[in-house]
Amino acid sequence: MATTELDLVTPDATLYSGSAEMVVCKSVDGEIAFLADHMPYIGALDPCVVRVVGPGGGTDEVRVAVRSGFVEVKDNRVIMLADVALRADQIDVAAVTQEEAEATQRAAALPEPSAAADREVKWAQARLELARLT
Amino acid sequence: MAGGQERVLRRRIRSVESTKKITRAMELIAGSRIVRAQHAITAARPYVAKMSEVVGHLAASPDSAGHPLFRSASDTRSVAIVTIAADRGLAGGYNANVIRATERLAAEHRSASRQVRMVTVGRKTTNYFRHRRADILFSLTGRSDRPTYGDAREVVGALVAAFESGDVDRIDLVYTRFLSMGSQAVTVRQLVPIMAPATEEHAAGQLPTAYEFEPEPSEILERLLPSWLEAEVLAALLEAAASEHASRQRAMKAATDNADELIKTLRRVMNRARQDAITTEIMEIVGGAEALRVVPSVDAGSYNETYQPMSESA
Repeated sequence: MATTELDLVTPDATLYSGSAEMVVCKSVDGEIAFLADHMPYIGALDPCVVRVVGPGGGTDEVRVAVRSGFVEVKDNRVIMLADVALRADQIDVAAVTQEEAEATQRAAALPEPSAAADREVKWAQARLELARLT
Repeated sequence: MAGGQERVLRRRIRSVESTKKITRAMELIAGSRIVRAQHAITAARPYVAKMSEVVGHLAASPDSAGHPLFRSASDTRSVAIVTIAADRGLAGGYNANVIRATERLAAEHRSASRQVRMVTVGRKTTNYFRHRRADILFSLTGRSDRPTYGDAREVVGALVAAFESGDVDRIDLVYTRFLSMGSQAVTVRQLVPIMAPATEEHAAGQLPTAYEFEPEPSEILERLLPSWLEAEVLAALLEAAASEHASRQRAMKAATDNADELIKTLRRVMNRARQDAITTEIMEIVGGAEALRVVPSVDAGSYNETYQPMSESA
């Protein structure tokens, strides 16, 4: 199957660099998947689990939790910039569960909904989701 | 007297030797940190490069025209200068060079009647500019030798707040670029407004790519500004850290070599002083013995015979 070139980078490391069959992530407007030859696209990422299906197909999959970042698609090349990205083995489930509870509480206590507080909750949830998936 | 001089010299040699131990240790520490700092630069480089690529594409797209980020800088009234140097000295001219370049840039802005505000990284620059009562927006100290992404975020937080409230409409960056182990250069760069890099499409005269944006371009730009600045500031912090270690290693190597040289000279002087002292002492003893022996027979010839060989061997 046709593939697309993907670079998934954070300030600390390059997490993925090579061809991929499919890249799934969540932009601020909802989930989006990139297959080969996607049209030019620039989007801001929400905290989410990014799934990369490698050139080997179904089972060849890399998953990371991303805090926020950007994705650009152009000329069959996907550039994904994440400020923080974690693999499942880097997540401390107990700590994140507590963090999620605290973040939810903080967000609920605010007089009006705040995007920043929401993002914290979503970031905790994304990490938990990734931990559950693995 | 002679014995006293020897003791003074011995003490000086000991003091130079302990200084040498310190400078040698600092040289080795700095040397080992350069390697780590270089690794950090290499690890961050793809992120920074890809970030400027995306920003470049965005800048070239017609949707982003007119955004304050890309506005031309003709009507600049207030500039924030981010100046990055070290927390500690003993790094040769490292701090002084950055401060000099910053002062020159500030003077330039002031003569164009722009207000100058500072964001200082490193204790040395912070103290320098605070002492001169510069308008300091934000300062970050204590982390210059091992900066992280979190540090970059702190610096950028202050900058973005000032930029978005309109207090500052231009951001300049002064830091030391790490070119190689042997050469680092103080670099002055304008960060914001972004000088749209000429992309390949412009060069080839093609139409800019029509992107699909999610969310709106303006909203993306709003979110991209801090991330982009963070990437740029992080890169500068890492380069500055590597430069700091390289400068310190060089300065400390020079100091160690100097100490070696000084010890050699001092030891030579000390040995001469010791020899002098011994000679004087022997002469005194011989002189005393002769004086005693001379008493029974006052014979000038035999006096000369016994005295001369002794003075030669001394």
